[in-house]
Amino acid sequence: MKKLTIYIFILSIFIGFAQQTPAPKQNKAITIEGATAHLGNGKVIDNALIMFENGKITYMGSALTKIARKGEIINAKGKHVYPGFIVPNSTLGLVEIDAVRASDDDAEIGNWNPNIRSLIAYNAESRVVESMRPNGVLLGQITPRGARLTGTSSIVQFDAWNWEDAAVKADDAVHLNWPQNFKQRRGVVSQNKEYKTQTLKIHEYFSNAKAYLNGSKATTHLPFEALSGVFNGSKKLFIHVDEEKGIIDAVSFSQKHKLQNIVIVGGYQAENTIDLLKKHNIPVVLRRVHSLPNLDDNDYDLPFKLAKTLTNAGITVALETSGDMERMNTRNLPFYAGTTVAHGLTKAQALQLITLNAAKILGIDENYGSLENGKSATLFISEGDALDMKTNKISYAFIDGRSISLETHQTKLWKRYSKKLEK
Amino acid sequence: MLKNYLWFIAIFFVLAINAQDYFPKNDGVKTQNTNYTAFTNAKIYVTPTQIIEKGTLLIKDGKVVNSGSSITIPKNTVIVNLNGKSIYPSFIDIYSDFGIEKPQASASRSRSAQYNPSRTGYYWNDHVMPENNAITKFSYNKKEATELLKAGFGVVNTHIHDGIVRGTGALIALNNTKGNEQRIISETSGHYLSFRKSVTSSQYYPGSIMGSIALLKQLYIDADWYAKGNINTKDLSLEALNANKNLTQFFEAGSRANIIRADKIGDAYGIQYVMLGGGDEYERISDIKATNAKIILPLNFPDAYDVEDPFATASLSLEDMRAWNQKPHNPKILADNNIDFAFTTFKLKSVKELKSKITTAIKAGLSKEKALAALTTIPAQILNKNTSIGSLKNGYLANFLITSGDIFDKETTLYENWVQGEKTVFESLNTKNILGIYAFNINNQPYEMVISGKLSKPKTKITTGSHTLGSKINYKDDWVNISFTTIDTTKQEFIRIVAKVDNTNTLTGKSILPNGDTLPFTVKVSDVEGDEDDKKDTNKEANINDTFFAVSYPNKAFGFTKLPEAETLLFKNATVWTGEAEGILKNTDVLIKNGKIAKIGKGLSSGGAKVIDATGKHLTAGIIDEHSHIATASVNEGGQNSSAEVTIEDVIDETDTNIYRNLAGGVTSIQILHGSANPIGGRSAIIKLKWGESADNLIYSNTPKFIKFALGENVKQSNWGSYSRFPQSRMGVEQLYIDYFTRAKAYDDLKKSGKPYKKDIELEVIAEILNKERFISCHSYVQSEINMLMKVAEKFNFNINTFTHILEGYKVADKMAEHGVGGSTFSDWWAYKYEVNDAIPYNASIMHNAGVTVAINSDDAEMSRRLNQEAAKSIKYGNVSDEDAWKFVTLNPAKLLHIDDRVGSIKIGKDADVVLWSHNPLSVYAKAEKTIIEGVTYFDIERNKSMQEAIKLEKNTLINLMLKAKNKGLKTQAIKKKTKELLHCDSIDKEI
Repeated sequence: MKKLTIYIFILSIFIGFAQQTPAPKQNKAITIEGATAHLGNGKVIDNALIMFENGKITYMGSALTKIARKGEIINAKGKHVYPGFIVPNSTLGLVEIDAVRASDDDAEIGNWNPNIRSLIAYNAESRVVESMRPNGVLLGQITPRGARLTGTSSIVQFDAWNWEDAAVKADDAVHLNWPQNFKQRRGVVSQNKEYKTQTLKIHEYFSNAKAYLNGSKATTHLPFEALSGVFNGSKKLFIHVDEEKGIIDAVSFSQKHKLQNIVIVGGYQAENTIDLLKKHNIPVVLRRVHSLPNLDDNDYDLPFKLAKTLTNAGITVALETSGDMERMNTRNLPFYAGTTVAHGLTKAQALQLITLNAAKILGIDENYGSLENGKSATLFISEGDALDMKTNKISYAFIDGRSISLETHQTKLWKRYSKKLEK
Repeated sequence: MLKNYLWFIAIFFVLAINAQDYFPKNDGVKTQNTNYTAFTNAKIYVTPTQIIEKGTLLIKDGKVVNSGSSITIPKNTVIVNLNGKSIYPSFIDIYSDFGIEKPQASASRSRSAQYNPSRTGYYWNDHVMPENNAITKFSYNKKEATELLKAGFGVVNTHIHDGIVRGTGALIALNNTKGNEQRIISETSGHYLSFRKSVTSSQYYPGSIMGSIALLKQLYIDADWYAKGNINTKDLSLEALNANKNLTQFFEAGSRANIIRADKIGDAYGIQYVMLGGGDEYERISDIKATNAKIILPLNFPDAYDVEDPFATASLSLEDMRAWNQKPHNPKILADNNIDFAFTTFKLKSVKELKSKITTAIKAGLSKEKALAALTTIPAQILNKNTSIGSLKNGYLANFLITSGDIFDKETTLYENWVQGEKTVFESLNTKNILGIYAFNINNQPYEMVISGKLSKPKTKITTGSHTLGSKINYKDDWVNISFTTIDTTKQEFIRIVAKVDNTNTLTGKSILPNGDTLPFTVKVSDVEGDEDDKKDTNKEANINDTFFAVSYPNKAFGFTKLPEAETLLFKNATVWTGEAEGILKNTDVLIKNGKIAKIGKGLSSGGAKVIDATGKHLTAGIIDEHSHIATASVNEGGQNSSAEVTIEDVIDETDTNIYRNLAGGVTSIQILHGSANPIGGRSAIIKLKWGESADNLIYSNTPKFIKFALGENVKQSNWGSYSRFPQSRMGVEQLYIDYFTRAKAYDDLKKSGKPYKKDIELEVIAEILNKERFISCHSYVQSEINMLMKVAEKFNFNINTFTHILEGYKVADKMAEHGVGGSTFSDWWAYKYEVNDAIPYNASIMHNAGVTVAINSDDAEMSRRLNQEAAKSIKYGNVSDEDAWKFVTLNPAKLLHIDDRVGSIKIGKDADVVLWSHNPLSVYAKAEKTIIEGVTYFDIERNKSMQEAIKLEKNTLINLMLKAKNKGLKTQAIKKKTKELLHCDSIDKEI
């Protein structure tokens, strides 16, 4: 039997099977003692005590507290504990290798696909997904790409046998790409003359959906059905829009159709619409921090300091990673947050961008996003500051209290070839 | 004098007879007009500087016989009294495609690119067509000719605007009366070139501007070799090129940058091109001056942008806004710098725009004299026709304009345009001036009438008492027809006047009342002054856009109006990352003097140095990016599987804002690599990011020679639908290298033998590799091909210098160390294509541990400005020490680029290329505060803030001016902008 296991193991290496075995349910209590706990809600506890059982945090406080330590005790003196980082608007698990079309499942054809569901295409065994964990990125909103109404996202955790097990919140939001006021063709950007028509079509589509949902539904209309949650508030509507004008129009669209739960994704020019977003309490999932300014005239550090500008104005901000090479780059999410510190935020604020703020925006803050009693034990221990690449070195990570593997296809190759070269 | 005169007559006589002599005439008797025509009482512009105030122009047989204030007029002369009107030489449009059919795009569009030529018997590249001849495709277009004549042109120089080498052009007189036998002044007016491919062929090469440059360079060598009789086969292109050698060589550069590029080609082969400019020459006027080229200037000054929509306006760049203000000043700036230039209507939407555009340039300070020269004497001189056209000296073609006055004045009327003695009339010379104020009574009702505007299209305003009446006027052939409404506005009734004008400005005729009664009508002008409306009209543009906005270097946001200079700087109390054996020194001072690191130590005295308190800050050597594609106009020449003949040095774009952004990320030197479209790519440019300097000044002095090679999916074209170019597999890649190195060896042996050989730029470059004078940086991913290339190099007895990307380097790190090749890799990129499946972020550390010189590179304009963070990732992935990680982006890339004797560490005597950081530079929290190259502070975080303020202010000033322009009724254009595409290894030139 043992031989067979070894044989299977060797074979799996040989055929390149790299994904790690998902961890079993937490079956004993775990106590982490002595670490600096970054709660994700703006608070930091030095010399902290964290205990969790059955996947939930049972104690979060100071290690000076006299309370019985439960289960396995991890001494984390000098180390740092963080809630698992959360990435909204991601295509992780939908594409494996960019250039291999056969591995590409992130977009459908056509404009009006709210019924398209990302969850069922999410590849829980993706090598790219497993590479998130050693950097502390443990949860993501898996989002379809496409043209206008691109589909419905779901929130997953990154250690699962299959998509069903991965789902943290299925079908959490519908995604709408707002038309652009400027369009680019062959290196020339000019005003999009179709802008008005395109926005009108969105209005019409939502009016039609509402009429359908109020009616007898004699014939089932799958896309309209998929919007039902957006109207009754059980699903959010993520509007992907960067331009100032687009943001203003998107907000008035949501007002007109009485959509309560909207989120702006991208938000490159959101700093010009701060009052509007505050008035309607609309959060922003800010585009990739590590990006170039759109215009030659923009400040070189504009993308670095946007998070500060919006946060200081009182807007709830999270960070996303979409764009070129977005999936494999998502493991740099903590460093995007770190960069915002160099450009004006405090470390605690920056951490919130990828923990509690993201959880709130995704509607999973009841369970995730911060280290608090009663919440899911989705957290990790880092040797140092996890927002700094220099010190982001993770020794333990837990999702719902399960101690997950930090090995990946990449760490295996590292070990294998380091060993070869040692000889 | 008289002798000369007779001599001219004699020649004309002979010519005139010869031209007609052998043509049969079947519609009458043969006649010949030997009369003279004299234009008297005219202001004659013989040349822009030689002006006869009240003189006579005498012409005969289509040529000028004489001009002057008191010349003898032969008896058989028809005299035209011009009564003070002006005569100018007709204009020459030197850059035209008049009468040439637009070349048709090739129909064949196959799935795979076309690598081979479509023709035989000609040069191997379809885009080289020196054998083309405009005259063979020429057909006189009278309609277009009339438009040109109306704009003032008498001669156009036309050629086929297609291809890289375009063949000869033809100089055509716009003679609407006679045939081509008269019109063709020269059928070989010049020879024409450009960087742009022909639309008539799909042959892929050259696929970039650097390919066009290389093609031209090799072409000249081949032509010379052919001329010497060394080639046994027939090449009609080379024969034609050689035949056209002594003609004026025109180059369609189209921009300041391309003028410099083309001029370098010319310099290498002893050719001085006449350049078609881009209107942006003022941006680096001294560089343009240094080319010694004469410039042909299009006049397509941009219209103001329509800036009413603030959302749209937000996307408008300072660069484009400034262009609106600055470009009209370009001709004046060229003139001030004594650069000869000619105007052309090329690029104008319509030739009708000519006058208004020249007026714009004059308002921006260009003298009328220079404007006239740019349309007459200068083009004539460029065409080597300055003894027959462009002025009205004796013996020149009788190509002239008769105008009411100053030709560049808006209100001036062009009466006649004479070409080769044949006239085209636009306005009768005898048209009497009826402009002015008239007072008259009809049926005891007093009226006042103002006639204004142009004589060809006058306007009227008729008032009676305080009422203004609706009125219309029509003026033709001395007759005016006027109709106006009666004072009773409830009725639709008109009073009509028909009258003839006489020389005393008296209108005499009759008026017809609404009831049909006619009354005699006579009125004499009471005041000939032009009216107020018109004066306002001419002032429309005044004072809106007259102030010249200063040029900055580069001429866009964050450019320097004054280039920063090297300073003596003393950094006090810094944490100094030396990158040398001394390691990281705390509380240390560094003195920078004469562009070098002068002293490192504690408590250094300042002397005269500017002291910078660096307490709590970190001073490092500037970051060096081994693999960059910023600051270049093109990246790939993918038209062939080897493009060793091209070099990025030819196409550096010093205006790329990413230079400034890189500086703000602490980067001071980069290698701009050719892309990875082919196994043997092009040569690199190794530059310092001296923002504001010209392209050439960025390149390292004594720059090490590098070339890009590439392996894997890109060179076998796996990820785009191309199936016809060898190699299509990794197997083929090896053979391609062996083939090229074998041939380069043979070439080099022949060259060294002293026997005659034809210079082959491509093989010469590859032979430099064999001779260890040029180094390879090879784009590489998987271990098999990495190993292969090292074996190929070893077979030819040289080493690969650098594997760049080298994502599976960790699998063969031992072999790499043994070979002695360096590895320049990404910190953590992977999974973007099949061959990077096994890329791991531990790669740098494993190679480093195996003894390979490791660098972390970017290949990306965004990542390059955060290379300090990328280096720090090797601490996370593989536990590299801080000092070693920092070397990954400083000293190690310097070593790989063979510039470590000058840069890469803080060491006395090295270039003062340093960065002051707010924190440990490997921390995500670090910001570059000052980036210094050779003692010059190119980035300063505080200065950056004031630049941002200045940009905002300047843009708002320009927006206000543009709003004013629109309110005054000037033309505006919709906002659109060009985006600079971010270039990567895979980028292909779009515009070529």
